[in-house]
Formats: sequence, C-alpha cells, structure tokens
Amino acid sequence: MSEKRQRLIEALSGSLPSANLLWQKEDTAPYECDGLAAYRTLPLAVALPENEAQVQAVLKVCNEFGVPVVPRGAGTGLSGGAMPMQEGIVLSTAKMNQILNIDPLSRRAILQPGVRNLAISDAAAPYGLYYAPDPSSQIACSIGGNVAENSGGVHCLKYGLTVNNVIQVRAVLMDGDVVEFGTEALDAPGLDLLAVMIGSEGMLAVVTEVTVRLVPRPPVARVIMASFDDMTKAGNAVADVIAAGLIPAGLEMMDKAATRAVEEFVHAGYDLDAEAILLCESDGTEEEVTEEIERMSAVLRESGAIRIQVSQSEAERMVFWSGRKNAFPAAGRISPDYYCMDGTIPKKAIATLLNQIKEMEDRYGLRCMNVFHAGDGNMHPLILFDGSDEDQWHRAETFGNEILEACVALGGTITGEHGVGIEKINTMCVQFDEKERDAFFGVKAAFDPVKLLNPDKAIPTLHRCAEYGRMHVHRGQLPHPDLPRF
Amino acid sequence: MADLTNEFVTQIKEAVAQKRPLIIEGSGSKRWYGNVVAGHRTLSTAGHTGILDYDPAELVLTARAGTTIAELEKTLAERGQMLPFEPPRYSSESTLGGVIAAGLSGPARPYAGGVRDFVLGLHIVDGKGDVLKFGGQVMKNVAGYDVSRLMTGSLGVLGLITQVSLKVLPVSLAQSTLCFALSEAASIHQVNAWSAKPLPITGSVWHQGVLSVRLAGARAAVASAEQQLGGTKLAPEVAAKLWLDLQDQTHAFFSCASAMVGQRSLWRLSLPAIAPAIDAALIPGAQDQLIEWGGAQRWLWSDASPEAIRKLARSLGGHAVLFNNQHAVGDVFDKLPPPLLAIHQRLKNTFDPHGIFNPGRLYQGL
Repeated sequence: MSEKRQRLIEALSGSLPSANLLWQKEDTAPYECDGLAAYRTLPLAVALPENEAQVQAVLKVCNEFGVPVVPRGAGTGLSGGAMPMQEGIVLSTAKMNQILNIDPLSRRAILQPGVRNLAISDAAAPYGLYYAPDPSSQIACSIGGNVAENSGGVHCLKYGLTVNNVIQVRAVLMDGDVVEFGTEALDAPGLDLLAVMIGSEGMLAVVTEVTVRLVPRPPVARVIMASFDDMTKAGNAVADVIAAGLIPAGLEMMDKAATRAVEEFVHAGYDLDAEAILLCESDGTEEEVTEEIERMSAVLRESGAIRIQVSQSEAERMVFWSGRKNAFPAAGRISPDYYCMDGTIPKKAIATLLNQIKEMEDRYGLRCMNVFHAGDGNMHPLILFDGSDEDQWHRAETFGNEILEACVALGGTITGEHGVGIEKINTMCVQFDEKERDAFFGVKAAFDPVKLLNPDKAIPTLHRCAEYGRMHVHRGQLPHPDLPRF
Repeated sequence: MADLTNEFVTQIKEAVAQKRPLIIEGSGSKRWYGNVVAGHRTLSTAGHTGILDYDPAELVLTARAGTTIAELEKTLAERGQMLPFEPPRYSSESTLGGVIAAGLSGPARPYAGGVRDFVLGLHIVDGKGDVLKFGGQVMKNVAGYDVSRLMTGSLGVLGLITQVSLKVLPVSLAQSTLCFALSEAASIHQVNAWSAKPLPITGSVWHQGVLSVRLAGARAAVASAEQQLGGTKLAPEVAAKLWLDLQDQTHAFFSCASAMVGQRSLWRLSLPAIAPAIDAALIPGAQDQLIEWGGAQRWLWSDASPEAIRKLARSLGGHAVLFNNQHAVGDVFDKLPPPLLAIHQRLKNTFDPHGIFNPGRLYQGL
C-alpha cells in the first residue's frame, strides 16, 4: 500500500467509526460498479458515514489530500455515475437511511439521502399520501441517488420528475461547508440552485437531507391495454391521446419483441400478435376515471387500436402492468446480457426512431426490444447481447451510441432519466458544443472549485470529444472493419 | 417575426468593449421588480418575436423571447391548451423572456407548478457574446446541468434569454370556485387539509375573512368535489375575474392606494404553507393580508422595518421579498449565506465574466 494511501486511510479512520471505512479489496469489491456493471474500478477506500458531521469530516480529509470523492446512493444507477476512481474514494450515503419527519398536513417528508424511494411512499401511505416519482428500481434506489439523477418513472407526464417533487436539499460542499438549496417554502432567494443540484450526478455537493412533496393517493386507477397491428399507428395513437387534451397517469409502449419476451415470463395475457401494445392509465376519483377511460378508449379506437381491454379490478391492473414492470428481468431471461438506452425524442418521432432501430438491428446483428415511456417520448431500447463475447459487447455499445445520436438528430436528448455518468459521456459531444461544455465546467467549478467531487463524469473534455470525433470519421473501419455498417 | 440574435451579439460585444453594462428589457412591464439598476443602456428584446414551434400533441411550445405572453396564450387557447403556471401579466405587452427571467407564477403555483417546472430548454447569449443552448424540446432531459432552470428567475444577471421551450397543458374541462367565511388561521388549516385529499384544487386565496378555493379538472371530479366541500359557489364570471385579478395583481389589494398610508411597501412572504398566522402586533399591516398558494404566499403592505419582516419570514422557514420597491429603500431579496453567495458569484463569472448584464438587480456585486 502506498504511503499516501496509508496516510489517507489513517486520516479517514479518525473521521469515521472503524466499521464504516472499507479499504481491503474483499470489502471494497462490491462497490466497484453501480447498475452499469460493464464499467468497473476498485476505489482506494469506501466511506460509509452515518451522519452529516461524518460526511463533512470525510470531505475535509479528501479535500486536504486532494483525493477525488465519488458519491454513491444505493448503487442502482444505469449510467456509471457512481463508478469509482482508482485514485479516489467512494462515499456511500446508504447508512444515512432515516425518515426524519412526515407531516401529513403540509404534505412534506424530510429524509436522509439513503432512504429508499419506495419506503417514502410506504411511510406516507397511512395518511393517504405518496411520493410520485417511481423509477423502476424504486424498491432499491435511494432518494439521494434520485436527486443526483433527477429520476423519473412511469408517472412523470402527470406528476413530474424528481426536480418537480423535491423542495429542499441540504448538502455538504467539497470544503465541508453545509448549504441548503431551496427552502421549506415554494421558492428561495437568489438563483435556483436547487434545480441545478437535481440531476447533477454527485458532481456539485454531497446530499445529506432531502425534503420532498407528497401528493394524495388517487382512490382509483384503471389501465387500458390497447393492441395495434402497426408500429406507426401505435406511435401516432400516443400523440392523438395527448392532442385530445388527456394527460394519462402513465402511457407506456411495448413492441412485439418485448411483449413476447415478457409474456413467457409473467403470463399477463398480452396480445402476442400485436406489433405494439399501449398501456394507458387513468387515476383519480371513481367519476373522473370512468370519464377519462371512456374518452381515452374512444381516441385509441379512432387511432386504429385493434383490441382494447380495460382493467376491471386492481388485481387485473397489476397483471396488465406486470409485463411492463418485468421487462428488464424478462430481457435477462432471453439473453445473457442487455444494454438499456435512455434517449428522449419528440413523440411525433417515435415511429421513425423505432424503424431506424429495426434497421440497426440488422446492421449490428443484434436484437433490440423496446419498452418505453411513450407519453413523454422517453425511449428504453434494450439491446440484447452476450457479454462473454467481446465483439458483441463492442457492437452493442456502438449500436447504443448510434441510437443516442439518432435521438439528438430527431430533436431529442441522449438521456431522459438515467444520467450521463461515464456511459454517455462521449455522446455528450454530439449534443453540446465546446462553449456549452465549457459553461458546464463553469457550473461545476462554481460549486466545487477544486474539482474533486465525482470528476471526469458527465461532461466530456475537449480532448475526449476530439477522440470521439475521430472514431466517427472512421466508423466502419475502426476497430472492426469486417462489420457491415450501412 | 424577426430573429435579432446577431444584433444582440453585436450589442453585447460592444458593451463588453466599452465596459458599459446593459439593462435587459422585454416590454419593461416589470421594470420595478428587483433592485434598482441605474444609468446604463437598455437592450430590448421586444423586436425578437415569433412562435417557432408548437405541436399540441407534444405539449411543447418554443418561441423567441420577445413574443408577448398574450400571443402565446391566444395560440394555445385555440388548441385548448394553456400556460399552467399562470404568469402575472403586468401589461398586454409582457414578453416570454421577461416572464422567464422574473420567474413569477400565479395562483396555480402550488398545484400545477411554477415557471421553473415548465421550462424545458432555452437559448442564451452569454456575457462573451456566445450563443448557448441548454435543455431541449422534450419532457425529460438530464443531459448536462439544468442551466435552463438556473436562468429561470435569474433576473437576467447571467445572460440574455433569446428563446424558450415550455411544457404546456390542456385547459381543464370544468372549473368552479367555492367561498367560505373563515378566520386566517382556520383558513390556512382548512385549505391544507383539503390539499391532502384527492380533490382537484388549483387555486386558493384568503382575504378579509373569506377563503376562496378554485376547483378545476374533469367535469365529474369538479362536481363531486363541490359536493364534498360545500360553501358558496361563485358565479362563473365573478370567479373568472377573481383569479385573473390575482394572477395579474389587478386585485384591489394590490392597488397603489393601499400604499398611500405612510410609506408602506408591498411585501411578498414566501413561507411553508402551514406557517402560523402572522401576528399583526409584531408586523403592522399584517391585519390586511392577502394569502395565496394555500398559505405559502402571503402579501402584506407594511411600514415595519425590512429587518423585522425578513427576520419573521426566516423564523417561519421562508423568506421575504420587497415586492414593489417603489421607495427604493434597500435590498429587495433576503441576503444569502456566504457559501451560497460565493456560488452565485462564481456562476456570474462563468456566464457574464465582464459583469455587463443587469448588474446589481438580484444582489449587489452580482
């Protein structure tokens, strides 16, 4: 062990109980990656503070040693935002997992960052309230991580993202100063730094407390399952529903490859002959839902749905959703590995992108299934591959990048809710030019002037973009010239 | 319809060269808002107009900053949609850029969200004369830091907003306003208790012993909420006028006549919704408050010292804004703690390194 590392670990030992500092390889190995398992690195050490004072102490030590800190929530992120750095430590907020207060009258919950997303709604349930953003990992992911990624879920169109549901964040800056972004009211003096913190991927400050807005649980929810014999018709139906003045609580699409994969897994009674299935949910009071379901069904029929089923009970609603919710594990059953993309596009471009993806499947020789948040144009193509085959992984990665570039070309973005992390750092070069990336570096430095908090993530350097640009020019020749590209 | 971006770039580069700061202005309808910025040249966005993209099925509208809110609202209304955050329009010429830069929202704020919740992306010209694009035209976008929201409510101190994409929503099918005779304290409790239930509440106001609650949504939902809440129903045209007067601050409470007594200033207290009623013995003027946002926004005319009012707001978990600084008595906004002020200053240096945009309007030295 190097002398510097030894001194660092000694200094950190002074800031934390001994059980909360991991530095032996067998102890740090579980932290070598997050939900994006293809990227792994062992950190120098892992700190697991139990309170804000310990977070401050750890950051002060690292600040003094000039050691980078990678904050980590529950480690479920899909973009490698919590991937460790070889020369840095990981700071996990998992042990700070207390719900500090739930106030049913003001509809607020004050939480430590390690509280799991679903635990918030569970704790609020006795008051008829819940926390709306529901990323599919909600059983495991933590609110601190949700703040870092500005997480979404299936109900964003109606209820918003993390940024629309968090009212205050308390955090520690790299130099150990404690700051509060936002107030207990609906706004704060000065610039909206709360909005900048949310989705900042752990690069600006370490979150120690989060105050969220709770909303009343709608008494009734029903979902329509509509089948289409044509992908373009299904894509247009999404636009038709919205254009009719309806805001569904959820509006999700699955293509044939996806329904076939999940049906085998969950036996939800999906229409296996349909080219696409739409799940369109209404929630609210009984009267409201009845009125909305009628209007939604009429629009979907008009848009060419060949079959429409409406859930008749809560149990049936769960069955209709089970396939959508289990799409990822189902992909895991039919393929050794899958690579989940997260581009967002205008709704009118859904059919165009899906057709482009079909063409890419042939070109890359890999299958891709599509399950996604159609209502907000947030696509989740799942590229199926075998990770033990180096060439397949490489093709999957290039396939994924090409999908993201297509999203940008269609007027969209490379990431709707998973974050850039390390995974999409190259495609950031496509979406933002040099001056915009410089502005991002400026924002980073405004919060973290010493650039030690999760550096080298999310915002690519000029050098990296130049490298990526060169790869582009030579696409088709490098590094697998045998692959047909066009 | 004219794209003046190149002219703006030239003006900004000249201002940098001559070290002469610029005051950014749309129609000038909110010239009085924020700290006084004296003696510089005006950069007007009023000619930079036009709706660039609007597809009702996308729920997204993109327009140049000088486009009037009136034009946007007319275009949206034709397709049964609206700006859900109900921005105050101090004049019929109020512009999109001004609304975004001021960051003010109307009665629907606690229920539908504020301006910042509906900004999806924007273009700016920064203080070096570079055109930068942040966010986009899609609902979900986490690529890069959220600079679009950073610009929202920044009072133009970081850059010139030239183009904005907003999320819009359909107009509700039904609307109804119910009134209840309640004390200040009882009204704050009542409206919060109702808000914790699945009721389609989209606005609330308490003034002079009357709580008015706006319901909006599906017909069936509004009808069933009316049954549950009771109260006295306002005639539709009376209700429509009430909410418009609150949105645009043309309600009698806001009229300057209210300021005539002594040297009273209009204060906006942004508080946790359930903060207790303000004691008029401590803050003169508190006896005639207008309370919106389910208790989270409390307006009062007072001649109490700014320190006393700010101290009170802070003690209740919020902050105070000297809303109509017509007497130019001092800072408009609460002071920031030193670490936050340092972040503000570094952000200013990043986006406007020569300090040419609206110097001092948000804070001295910014």
